[in-house]
Amino acid sequence: MANTGNSSVSDLQKKYKKSGMSRQVWRRFKRNKTAMLGLIIITLIVIMAVIAPLIYDYNEDVIKQNIKEKLQAPSAKHILGTDHVGRDVLARIIWGARASVFIGLAAVALAFIVGGALGSIAGYYGGRVDGIIMRIMDIFLAIPGTLFAITLMAALGKSIPNLVIALTISTIPGFARIVRSSVLIVRDVDYIEAAKAIGCKNSRIIFQHVLPNSLAPVIVHTTLSVATVILTIAGLSYLGLGISAPMPEWGQMLAEARNYIINPKYTYLTLFPGLSIMITILALNLLGDGLRDALDPRLK
Amino acid sequence: MTDTLLEVKGLKKYFNTPRGQLHAVDDVSFTIERGKTLGIVGESGCGKSTTGRAILRLLEPTAGEIIFEGQNIEELSDNTMREMRRDMQIIFQDPFSSLNPRKTVSQTIMEPMQIFNLYNSKEECMEHVLHLMELVGLAERLVNTYPHELDGGRRQRIGIARALALEPKFIVCDEPVSALDVSIQAQILNLMKELQNQLGLTYMFITHDLSVVNHFSDDIGVMYLGKLIEKAPADELFEHPMHPYTQALLSAIPVPDIHYKTERVLLKGEITSPIEPPKACRFAARCRYATEQCHNEDPEFREVTPGHFVSCLRLGEF
Amino acid sequence: MEQKDVLLDIKDLVVEFRTDDGVTHALNHLDLQINKGETLGLVGETGAGKTTTGLSILKLVPSPPGVTVQGSIMFDGEDIREQSEKVMMTLRGSEISMIFQDPMTSLNPVHVIEDQIAEVYEYHQKVSHEKAVEKAHEILELVGIPADRGKEYPHQFSGGMKQRVVIAIALAGNPRLLIADEPTTALDVTIQAQVLEMMKDLRNKFGTSMLMITHDLGIVADICDKVSIIYAGHVVEHGNLEDIFDHTRHPYTEGLFNSLPNLNDRKAMLKPIRGLMPDPTQLPPGCPFAPRCDYAMDCCSKSKPKRVYRNDEHYVECHLYNEQNIKEGGVINRD
Repeated sequence: MANTGNSSVSDLQKKYKKSGMSRQVWRRFKRNKTAMLGLIIITLIVIMAVIAPLIYDYNEDVIKQNIKEKLQAPSAKHILGTDHVGRDVLARIIWGARASVFIGLAAVALAFIVGGALGSIAGYYGGRVDGIIMRIMDIFLAIPGTLFAITLMAALGKSIPNLVIALTISTIPGFARIVRSSVLIVRDVDYIEAAKAIGCKNSRIIFQHVLPNSLAPVIVHTTLSVATVILTIAGLSYLGLGISAPMPEWGQMLAEARNYIINPKYTYLTLFPGLSIMITILALNLLGDGLRDALDPRLK
Repeated sequence: MTDTLLEVKGLKKYFNTPRGQLHAVDDVSFTIERGKTLGIVGESGCGKSTTGRAILRLLEPTAGEIIFEGQNIEELSDNTMREMRRDMQIIFQDPFSSLNPRKTVSQTIMEPMQIFNLYNSKEECMEHVLHLMELVGLAERLVNTYPHELDGGRRQRIGIARALALEPKFIVCDEPVSALDVSIQAQILNLMKELQNQLGLTYMFITHDLSVVNHFSDDIGVMYLGKLIEKAPADELFEHPMHPYTQALLSAIPVPDIHYKTERVLLKGEITSPIEPPKACRFAARCRYATEQCHNEDPEFREVTPGHFVSCLRLGEF
Repeated sequence: MEQKDVLLDIKDLVVEFRTDDGVTHALNHLDLQINKGETLGLVGETGAGKTTTGLSILKLVPSPPGVTVQGSIMFDGEDIREQSEKVMMTLRGSEISMIFQDPMTSLNPVHVIEDQIAEVYEYHQKVSHEKAVEKAHEILELVGIPADRGKEYPHQFSGGMKQRVVIAIALAGNPRLLIADEPTTALDVTIQAQVLEMMKDLRNKFGTSMLMITHDLGIVADICDKVSIIYAGHVVEHGNLEDIFDHTRHPYTEGLFNSLPNLNDRKAMLKPIRGLMPDPTQLPPGCPFAPRCDYAMDCCSKSKPKRVYRNDEHYVECHLYNEQNIKEGGVINRD
C-alpha cells in the first residue's frame, strides 16, 4: 500500500472524491417537484430583494409621492398600478421584499444561534440546567408569538432593530425546543459515547458530533420559522407596529390600502401585496416540507 | 509471575428508576492479565455492557475500585481521566450507530490523534491513518467515504482502527461481532486476534455468544442479573461448568453438528427483577436445584478449584 | 416419495426491486420444495433473499418496488401468484402463517393478547368472541403461557414470552405451512432453547410443515429435516441434514461452516469467507459466489453452473462437480 510520506492529504482528497451526505440530500430533494418550485420561488424573491436598488431608485420610485398619478389601474407604465399617493405598486412590492426577507432572515438567524445554544446545552447536560432553561422557554411559549411581538414592540418603541429583537425573542423558544429534542435523540447514540472514549471534551462533542447530526429537523424548522416571522412582520406592520411609512412593506401596504378594500376597482392595491405574502409563505412551506423529506433517511 | 493490567474490586452501578434502584452491576470483582482476554458472557440485561462502560468511566460507577496499572482510575479528575483514555479504548457492538455519519473514514480515525496532538502535521496524521487502515484491512481508496456507503464489516473495521489510533493497552470489546453475518464475523474475529498478537493488546470481550467467547478468551466470566456468578479459564469453564446457570447456558448453544446430542437444561420461571433485588441468589427463581436457603441468602463468590470461582450455595450437592 | 407429498413448490422464481437507484435482483431463479410435515431450513446471510422468499409465499412483497418477474409458487397444487388478494386474505393465517424476527413489533400494543389471538379464530373460523377467547386460552397454554395472562398487554411480557404469543397467533389458524423468519434471533440463548423446543413439540403435534429461515446452522441441525443454502437469491445447495452437514459440497456451504467457532477446538483459527456479498444490483454473470470462492476457475465467472445431483435429494450448483466426482466426495471434503 502506498502509505509513503508523499501521499499528502490533498492528494488523497483529490484521488478519492467524497460523495457526502449533502449530495445525497440534494439528489433526493431534486426529485421533489413542488419542493423545487418552492426553492426557485424563494431564490427569485431573495434575488429580487438584493437587486431591488438596481431596478428602482428608493427616493425616486418608491417613496416619492406623486398625487397626479394616484390610484391608477395596472398599465404599461405602472405594471401593477399606483397607490393612493401615486407610488408605483410594483416598485414598492419589490422593495417591500427587502424588509420581509432581510428582517426575517436576521431575526431567524439570531434566534437560531441563541435558541440553538440554549437547546443544545439543555439537551446535552440535562438535569437541572435543562429544567431551568426549558421552564423559561415554556413561559415564552405560553404567550402567542404575534401577541408577544406586539407587546414587545409597544414596550420597546417602533424601530427596525427593536422589530428584529421582538421577532428574535418570540422565535427563540421554538428553536430551543426543537434543538433540545433532536440533541436528546443524538445524545445517547453510540458515537457520542465513542467520542467520550477517545477523550473528546464536551464542547467538541457538542459541536463536532451532536449538532451536525441534529441539524436536519432544525433546518426544516428554520425555513418554517422564516415563514412565520415574515407573516408576523406583515401583521405588525398592518397594525402599524412594524415597518412604518414611507418605507414599503407588504403588510404595511395592505394597511394603507385598507380604505380602498371595498371598491372592486382598486382590488389590485390589496391583491398584489397579499399575493406576495401568500406566495412567499407558500414557497417557504413547500421548501420546508421538501427538505424534511429529503433529510429523512428512512425515505432513502 | 502474574502481570495484572486491570483489577476491578466491588464494582457497582445502580440506576435510579421510578420503581426504585436498578442494580445493573452489583459487586463485581475480577482481574485481567496483560496480553490476555477476559470474556464476559451473559444474556441481555445481565449488566455486562454496563460493566464495560463503568470500567472506562463512560458511566460513573456507583461504588468500587478500578485499578489500571496500579492506579485507581476512580479517583482521577476528568482531565487526568481523559489522558488515561489513551490506554483504554472501546469497540462497540453496532457498527451503524457507533460512527458519526457525517465524518469520513479518515476523519473518524484521525480524530483521536488530533485530540491528543499525537503528530505534528496533518500529513503525518494521515500517514498513520493509512497505516491503521492497512492494519485493519481497509483499502486506501475508502479514506473519503462515509459510513453509510460501507457494509457492516467495513464499518466495524473503522471502529477498530479508531480504537487503535491511540495505541491503547486495553480494549473493551462490547459485542463487536454480534451485528455481523457469520462469514464477516469470522473475518473480524481473526483480525482482532491478529492485532492482539501483534500489538500485545489486552481485551475484555463482552458477548452473549458462547461459541465466540470460547474461541476468543483465556478466561471467561459469566454474569447473571448484575452479578458475576462464575469465572474460570475458558477450557475449565466449558468442561466443568459448576453454576447451574452456566450449565443451562452451555447446553442451550445450538451446535452446528447433527451427531452432537446433548441433554438440554431448559430453564423455567421468570427472571428476577433487577430493581431492588432481594438478598438471595439471583438465579434461585429459575434454578432447578434451589432450596429455601437459596431464596434467603446471597451466595459468596469463592474460589472452588484454583482459578475457578463460583457463587452458588448448593455447590457439590448436585 | 417426495413427488406425492409436496406442499410448497417454488420454481424458477425471480423477484426484483425496481427503484430509482437501480434494479435489485432479490431472488434469481429460486427453487424451493417443502413436503407435508417437513421442516426446511433456508440458510443464508443478510441480503441473500431469505425474507423476500417468505414474503413471496404470502404474496406480501411490497409492490412497488417489488416485481415478480417469472416463476411459480405452487401451494398444495395451486399457484399463489394467480390467486386474488381476496383469496390470499383467507389463505394467510389459516393455511400459511408467518412469524417475524422481532416479536416486539408484531404485536399490537393497545390490545390484550387474548383478543389478538381470538381475532384469528373469529376471522377464519367464524366463531363467536366467547368461543374464540376460549380457544385463545387453549393455545396460550399450549405455547407455555398460563391462560390467565391472556388479559395482559404485550408490554407486560418478556421478549421470549412475546415470541410465544406471536407463535400462538401464527398457530391459531392451524396452518399447514408455518414460515418462521429468524424467530429466535432477537432472543437470549436460554430463551431461544425454550422457544425452539416448544416449536418442535407443536410441529410434531400438529404435523405442520415449516420453512425455517435462519442464518444459524446450529438451529438448522436442531430443528430441520432438510436444508436449502441460499446465496444471492438462488439456492446453491440443497439436501437432507446429513447431506449438508456430513457431505458438504458447495464451497459457500463449506465457508459457512468454517466461519463458525468450533466449540471442541477453540484454538483453531477461523477460516472466514473472503470478500463480501455481491451487490444485488450488479450480480456477476457467472456463479454469484465466484468472486469469493477459493476454488474458482475461469468458467465460474463466465457461465452459471448446472445442477448436479449426489442422490435423489442432495444437489449442488457448482462448476467443480460432475455426475462422477460428486459421489466420491469431490473437491471439498470436510470430514
